[in-house]
Amino acid sequence: MHYVFEPGFFASGPVHVALAVGTVIAITSAVVGVFTVTRGQSFAGHSLADIATTGGSGAFLIGINQFWGYLAFGAGAAAFMEMVGIQRRRGRDVATGVVLGAALGLAALFLYLGTQYSTTTGASFSILFGSIFVLTPSTVPALIASALLALVTVIALARVLLLTALSPDIAAARGVPVRAVGAAYLMALAVSVALSAVIIGAVLSTALLIGPAATALRLAKSPLKAVLIAAGLGVAAIWAGIVLAYDSFYWPPAGRGWPVSFFVVTLVVGGYLVTYFRRDPRRAGHEPGIDAEQACSPA
Amino acid sequence: MMTDDLLRLENVSVRLGGRDILKDVSLAIGPGQFTGLIGPNGAGKTTLLKVILGLQPVTSGSVLLDGAPRPSRDSSIGYVPQKLGLEPDVPLRVRDVVSLGLDGHKFGLRLPSRARREQVSDMLTAVGAQRYADARVGELSGGEQQRVMIAHALISRPRLLLLDEPLANLDISSEQGIVSVLARLARAERVAVLLSAHDMNPLMPVMDRIVYVAAGRVAVGDTDKVVESSVLSRLYGQHVDVIRVHGRILVVAAPEGVDEEEAAAEDAGAVR
Repeated sequence: MHYVFEPGFFASGPVHVALAVGTVIAITSAVVGVFTVTRGQSFAGHSLADIATTGGSGAFLIGINQFWGYLAFGAGAAAFMEMVGIQRRRGRDVATGVVLGAALGLAALFLYLGTQYSTTTGASFSILFGSIFVLTPSTVPALIASALLALVTVIALARVLLLTALSPDIAAARGVPVRAVGAAYLMALAVSVALSAVIIGAVLSTALLIGPAATALRLAKSPLKAVLIAAGLGVAAIWAGIVLAYDSFYWPPAGRGWPVSFFVVTLVVGGYLVTYFRRDPRRAGHEPGIDAEQACSPA
Repeated sequence: MMTDDLLRLENVSVRLGGRDILKDVSLAIGPGQFTGLIGPNGAGKTTLLKVILGLQPVTSGSVLLDGAPRPSRDSSIGYVPQKLGLEPDVPLRVRDVVSLGLDGHKFGLRLPSRARREQVSDMLTAVGAQRYADARVGELSGGEQQRVMIAHALISRPRLLLLDEPLANLDISSEQGIVSVLARLARAERVAVLLSAHDMNPLMPVMDRIVYVAAGRVAVGDTDKVVESSVLSRLYGQHVDVIRVHGRILVVAAPEGVDEEEAAAEDAGAVR
């Protein structure tokens, strides 16, 4: 047993906090992620993560908790994206090359200045790659409350989001305020990205958002099953990541644990690859009939 | 008779970016009528459907449902859009899509219910889609998706069903399948159908009336009266011929170089 759970694992306070907060955030990220992939907004999630990096670095520079920086910049960016309609494919190229580049450049400056004036060691590392074992106890209630808020928002919007994914026109014709729903969803996404940034780092936060969701969507056909599987995978990756990171304290170079985010991201990617190379069971069920869309090129 | 109309458009015009998309369009649809909305691509068919759905504001004119202005939220109109563009990984099975037709516009969660499951199954059987009820909708062929979307639209029991080019890009047998499912359900449930298409021929056996759209204007009435050279030439603003071959109808423009008067004279000659 102690080969898996090294001595002290169950008695460690930071481990308890990490497991509790990690569980809540993993569930939120995975559930939000199912709708992110369904709506084709993975790119928006990634952009929010990049901009959150700037926010986290800025917060570090002015000496407040990084979570508030992630949250403020993520939410601000979400509002801006909603206004200019960054979802459009043409906007994406410009956004990737110019806006996100500028955001990360600014993050580099903030981190440089921050480390010059502060004695906190490893701040750059924890902003970029997470710090689940050194969560500030006072922010824990805020983390959990934000996670539950994002989760409840997305669950309340679930059916409307699915109808909108099916056809925005049908949704609008049935009286759904499509634009407002999209904005509320994007806010929940920004919150979820900020939360993942706290535990696995701003630049990796989309891994927890998209990875479990994308894997679940390969395994489950129905929306409910996809959400449940994604949440299960997210939690499993976080728990296993925490255990392995704790164990790695005894791995070379001994006395310094490996980063949790490395384990989490590796497990998430590994899970996806397993489902990717597995024979697709969906193909065995239904074969679409031949029709002109497949037989001829589009008119 | 006027007050019996389910839907009335009165002098509807839509102007977008300085261009007239629809000009002074008036039409009426009665309960249970099967109407073909026919016209070439870009004539304004989709805009007309969006006006009826309330998705496209009108520049002038009015849209009346049961003689009153169209309410902003109305479940008496069902809609099947032209294309879904769903990726195969979207986690919606065919039965989920049909179920969303009942309550997809509502917030919050719903509890599973046997009555709902049966209602969805019955609807899938009615459109002939029960065979792929558990497949993901993004994996289906175009014709299969149309059947699913018809079930999605009909399950909330609308009195008017709008379909935007449901026959586009379908092979001939899927096309006939869709038309006969629609005609059968429209009769059985007394749902009025307004279906847009650029080719009227597949609809000839089932169409009660035609709304012909060209250059933003419409001609409405029985097929024989509307699909006629002089009516359509006025609509298009140029001479077009209507050719009937073995019960099928072709609408063709006069070849370049033939001016209007010459063509008209030719027609007169043919009549003589």
